[in-house]
Amino acid sequence: MRVTQGCFSFLPDLTDAQISRQVQYCLDNGWAVSLEYTDDPHPRNTYWEMWGHPMFDIRDAKAIMGELAECRRMHDNCYIRLCAFDSTHTWESLRLSFIVQRPAREPGFMLARQEADGRNIRYETRAYVMEKPEGARYE
Amino acid sequence: MSAAVELASDSSVDLRAEFSAAGIDEFLAALDRDLVGLKPVKSRIREIASLLLIERVRQRLGFTTETPTLHMSFTGNPGTGKTTVAMRMAGILKALGFIRQGQLISVTRDDLVGQYIGHTAPKTKEILKKAMGGVLFIDEAYYLYRPDNERDYGQEAIEILLQVMENQREDLVVILAGYADRMEKFFTMNPGFRSRIAHHIDFPDYEDSELLSISETMLARQNYRFSPAARQAMRDYIARRRAQPYFSNARSIRNALDRARLRQAGRLIAHEGPVRAEMLMEIEPGDILSSRVFQGTPDSAP
Repeated sequence: MRVTQGCFSFLPDLTDAQISRQVQYCLDNGWAVSLEYTDDPHPRNTYWEMWGHPMFDIRDAKAIMGELAECRRMHDNCYIRLCAFDSTHTWESLRLSFIVQRPAREPGFMLARQEADGRNIRYETRAYVMEKPEGARYE
Repeated sequence: MSAAVELASDSSVDLRAEFSAAGIDEFLAALDRDLVGLKPVKSRIREIASLLLIERVRQRLGFTTETPTLHMSFTGNPGTGKTTVAMRMAGILKALGFIRQGQLISVTRDDLVGQYIGHTAPKTKEILKKAMGGVLFIDEAYYLYRPDNERDYGQEAIEILLQVMENQREDLVVILAGYADRMEKFFTMNPGFRSRIAHHIDFPDYEDSELLSISETMLARQNYRFSPAARQAMRDYIARRRAQPYFSNARSIRNALDRARLRQAGRLIAHEGPVRAEMLMEIEPGDILSSRVFQGTPDSAP
């Protein structure tokens, strides 16, 4: 099951050239681009591991693409997302975020039903991969 | 290749139009206008700009071309305008489309070399990332290499730089700058640098008359001017200052003018009666002549 989070996630995966142009757009707007990765695909998992600091003071997408290549090399079986942070006053938050790498096989989520008091049912989604420990989930 | 030649033989290019379309004319005219003297530097830059323009036209006509090596070394004494020219160079390269963003990142050894093991590579890479798509200007580049200490971390920075200068030629341009003799020594010790640098530009010292006109431009920019006698005093000052140690061309002039403004302010505060607007603008000979240069001892600051 294809995980859809952030921008462009209903489109086919972006090529590197397309990612690069998106990055350049972010940089031209003065946003700081950062990379984050995780192997926990649950939608409520908002805090992903940071790949270094957000990259402030960068002018050209090539520098970010170099970092992305490095991140992909180290975490070839993880989700990687690219975030653009706008530091201007009153914004001070992410303006754009999209997935730039996903594992080759995404097993998806299981739906667990729990019988609660008074025949109520509680639903829970649980990623199949989460049975395995961190680092061994997408091998 | 043969197709390219065929294409080229029946298409003609108006180079002059290309030149002005790229805005190079304006850049070069501004260079002529804003920078006093520096004849050899200007003509070299004009040559480089022409070469790059031809290169671009050739690319468009389908001649096989490699990305030209654009790394440069600027040698010359302090205060001869190396940084200023580097700034202009970034603009020219941007206008011709040889760098994508056109920023100039000016660094020295401290920005590249770390303090302990494993600190240098991330630091250098950080700077290189900032310079991507622009110009990396390394002032006093010879400090990167300390021959007396073989465990110096500068070597690590040099290796990273060399690698990037070779493999990412289309992404950034490196300009090394420093005194001529020490740069020469640096290149002898690190032959890798010399072979990766295409353009060596030497910045000559300014003549006395050029320094005088520089000083007038500097003053005019801040709405000051010399009185006729002060102009003569400045001329004497330049001749004397040059003979003293730590003379650094335009930078010495700027410092001298800063001190002259200081003395002018002191003089005006001590002045009895109202002060006219012209008096606020005019530097008097006294402001210059009370410099220590005229007393035979060097000025405190170089």
